[in-house]
Amino acid sequence: MATPRTPHTRKPDAQMNGAAIILKALQDQGVEVVFGYPGGAVLPIYDEIFKSNRIRHILVRHEQAAVHAAEGYARSTGKVGCVLVTSGPGATNAVTGLTDALMDSIPIVCLTGQVPTHLIGNDAFQEADTTGITRPCTKHNYLVKDVTRLADTIHEAVYVATTGRPGPVVVDLPKDILFAEGPYYAPNGNAHPSYKPQVKGDESAIERAVDLLAKAKRPIFYGGGGLINAGPKASKLYAELVRLTQAPTTLTLMGLGAYPSQDRQFLGMLGMHGTYEANLAMYNCDVMINIGARFDDRVTGRIADFSPNSTKVHVDIDPSSINKNVVVDLPIIGDAANVLEQMIKVWKAKGYKANAKPLEKWWAQIEKWRERKCLAFTEDTSIIKPQHAIKRLYELTRDRDTYITTEVGQHQMWAAQYFGFEEPNRWMTSGGLGTMGYGLPAAMGVQIAHPDSTVIDIAGEASYLMNIQELSTLAQYRLPVKSFIVNNQWMGMVRQWQELNHGGRYSESYSESLPDFIKVAEAFGGVGLRAETVDQLDDVIMEMLETDRFVLADIMVKKDENCFPMIPSGAAHYEMLLGPDDKAELETSENGMVLV
Amino acid sequence: MNATTEIAEATHTLAVLVDDEPGVLARVIGLFSGRGYNIESLTVSSVDTAAHLSRITIVTTGTPLIIAQIKAQLGRLVPVHSVHDLTLEGPHLERELALIKIRNVGEHRIEALRIADMFRARAIDSTLESFVFELTGSPSKITAFVELMSALGAIEVSRTGVVAIARGSNLDMPVFSTLEVNRKKAKQPAGKKAQKKV
Repeated sequence: MATPRTPHTRKPDAQMNGAAIILKALQDQGVEVVFGYPGGAVLPIYDEIFKSNRIRHILVRHEQAAVHAAEGYARSTGKVGCVLVTSGPGATNAVTGLTDALMDSIPIVCLTGQVPTHLIGNDAFQEADTTGITRPCTKHNYLVKDVTRLADTIHEAVYVATTGRPGPVVVDLPKDILFAEGPYYAPNGNAHPSYKPQVKGDESAIERAVDLLAKAKRPIFYGGGGLINAGPKASKLYAELVRLTQAPTTLTLMGLGAYPSQDRQFLGMLGMHGTYEANLAMYNCDVMINIGARFDDRVTGRIADFSPNSTKVHVDIDPSSINKNVVVDLPIIGDAANVLEQMIKVWKAKGYKANAKPLEKWWAQIEKWRERKCLAFTEDTSIIKPQHAIKRLYELTRDRDTYITTEVGQHQMWAAQYFGFEEPNRWMTSGGLGTMGYGLPAAMGVQIAHPDSTVIDIAGEASYLMNIQELSTLAQYRLPVKSFIVNNQWMGMVRQWQELNHGGRYSESYSESLPDFIKVAEAFGGVGLRAETVDQLDDVIMEMLETDRFVLADIMVKKDENCFPMIPSGAAHYEMLLGPDDKAELETSENGMVLV
Repeated sequence: MNATTEIAEATHTLAVLVDDEPGVLARVIGLFSGRGYNIESLTVSSVDTAAHLSRITIVTTGTPLIIAQIKAQLGRLVPVHSVHDLTLEGPHLERELALIKIRNVGEHRIEALRIADMFRARAIDSTLESFVFELTGSPSKITAFVELMSALGAIEVSRTGVVAIARGSNLDMPVFSTLEVNRKKAKQPAGKKAQKKV
C-alpha cells in the first residue's frame, strides 16, 4: 500500500493526525463500539479516544476475547465488529478470534498496532509480522505505510469485511503513521477496482431452480449461516418460500434462527448431532435447495453416501463454496436475500402451487421419522440431566428477549438441540473453528449491543475456564451476562469420543481441580448460584434471570451423559445412533477414525 | 470418494491479473500451500507500472473440480482483478527462457554448439571449458535441450518458468496506462529531483 492505488484528485475534507483519521473514518462508517486493549504501538489512538468522544471503547482482559466480543456484537446486530489491539503479542493473541471469524464469516475490522515503519523487520520490541501471520486467517489485510492512504484503507477495510461473504479484515498501523499529519477523506462510495462480489443471482439459473422445486416430490430446504449474514430480510424471505412450497426445512448450526423452530415445517438441525428426521430427509430427498450453507463435513457425513439421489441447488455468495465438498447440479452465486426474492418472484409469476399429492406422501414419511423422537432422553428424578437443564432454561426464558451464546462441546450441541430460536441473530456459537472460550466474551459483546436483553452463555466448565478473565470486564461495565455452566466435570465431547472410539481410555479429559464457581463469581463482583438436584434447577434459573448483575449458575449435571443422536465420523446419514442403546452396533470405520 | 480420485488430473495454465502491492504474491502462494494445491511453475512481473498491475502465470495440475476450486479461490482474493484459464479458454502460447551453463572439453564442446544451433540457442558467454546458452521456447523444448546438454557435460540451469498469453486478437486482460504515462513523462521537463542530482 506504499503507493496510492489511484491518485487522489479529491480535496481532503480535513487535515489531522493518523490516529484522528482512524477514529473519524470509523465514525463515518457507523462504528460505535470498539473492543480493545492498549499497548505501546497504539497509544496515539488511545490518546485520541481519550480526547474525543467519538467512539465507545470496551476494555477487555485478553485480545482473543476482544475479537470474540466483536463477533458477538456483529452476529447479534448485523453490524461490523471493531477491534483495537497493540503490536506483537496483542496481534498474535487476536489470531484465534480472527480465524474463528473467518470460518464463521463474521464481519470484523481489527486494527493492530505496529512498530514504526523504519523499524519494521528489525526485530524491534513487540514487533511481529502481523500481516504475514494473519494473511491466512483474514479475508484481507493491510499494512498502512502512507498516511495519505489511511482514511481510504479504513473505509475499504469496513467495505471488504461487511460485503460479499463477510469476514475479518486486519489493518496494521505503524506508530509513525498514527502520529503523522495527513488528509482525511470521507467515504466516497466509489466501486472497488478488483473486489466485486456478485449479489444478484443468474436469472435463468433461478428459473431452473424454481422449476425443479415445483416439480419435486421430496424436496428439502437446507439453510445455513449465509441466511443470517444476509440480514433479517433473508430469513423472512426464506420462511416465505418454504411456506409457499410446503417443503420441509432443516438448518445448520450456523443457520439456527433463520426459520422459526416451533414451526411444523422445521425438522431441526441436521448433521453429526442433528435430528433423525432432518438427516433422513436429507438422505432421501429428490431436490435439495441449499441456501447459504457450505456442505461442511459435520453436515454431510460420508460424502459418497451424502443424499445420493437428489438434484442439488446451491445458493452461495462465495463462488469457492460451490463444488468444494459436494458436487452440485445447479449453482447460483448471489446474496441469499436477493436470490430468495428472485425465486419467490418466479414462483409467483409462474403460478406454481405446492405439489400437494407427492408432498403429502413425503410428509407422512417425515412424520414417521419424527415419531422416533430422537431427542427424547430419560429424565432422572434427582441428578440433573444436561438436556433437561437446557430444556428448562429454554422454557423459562421463552417470554423474554433472549440472546444465547455457547462455548464448544457437548453443551453446545445440547443447546442447539434443545433451545429453540424463532428469529435470526439470537444464537452466537463458534461453528467452523470450534473455539473453546468463545461464549463468555461473545456474550459480553452481545450485551453491549443489547443492554436491556437477557444474554446467556450456555457453557461447559472446561471451555469456560479458557476466557474466565473476562468476568472482570463484565464487572467493569456492569454487564448482566448470565453464565449457565453445564458442569459435568469432564471435557465432555472429548470424553464421549474417547468412550466411543478409544476404548474408554479417558486420557487427560477430566476437569481436575475445578474452582468453586460461586466463589469465582463473588471474587469478580458477581453472583454465584449452584443447582445440584433436579428440584433446585428451576429456582436457580429463575434467580439467575432475575438478578440484575452478572451471574454464574453452576449446574451440576450427570457426568457421563453422551450427546445423541450422533452420526459417527465417517458414517452416512442413515447410520445414525439414536441413543446409548445403539452403541453396541457402533464401530467407527478406519476411515472415520482419522477424521476430526 | 473413489469416483473423484479416479478422474484424471490435467495441467492448466492460469493467467492472473493482480494489484502490484506488497504481499500479493505471498497471498497467492499461501493459498496454494495452505490448501494443498500443486504449483508446477509460477512467474510474476509488473505489467502496468502506472496502474500498479502485475500478471502472474501459474501452471498447476488437478482434477477439473480442483482446478475450478483454485480459480474460485484465486478470484476471491481482494487484490485479484481477473483469473483466466488459458488451457480451457482456447489456443494459447507458452514460452519460457532458460540460461544453461555447460562445462566440458573436446568433442563434446563442438557437439554442444551443434545442438545449440539446432535449438536456436545463443551462446552468450564462453570460456575455454564452458558455454552459457540462452534459449527461449516451450517448456518441453527447453527440457529436451537441457537433457541433451546434460549428456555432454556438467551443467547448471536457470529457468524463468512459463509465461503465457492467448492467441488471436482478443485482449482478455488489457493494460492501459503504461504508454499514456510514459508519453506524459516525456512531455514534462525534468523534475526537481533530476535537477538536484545535476
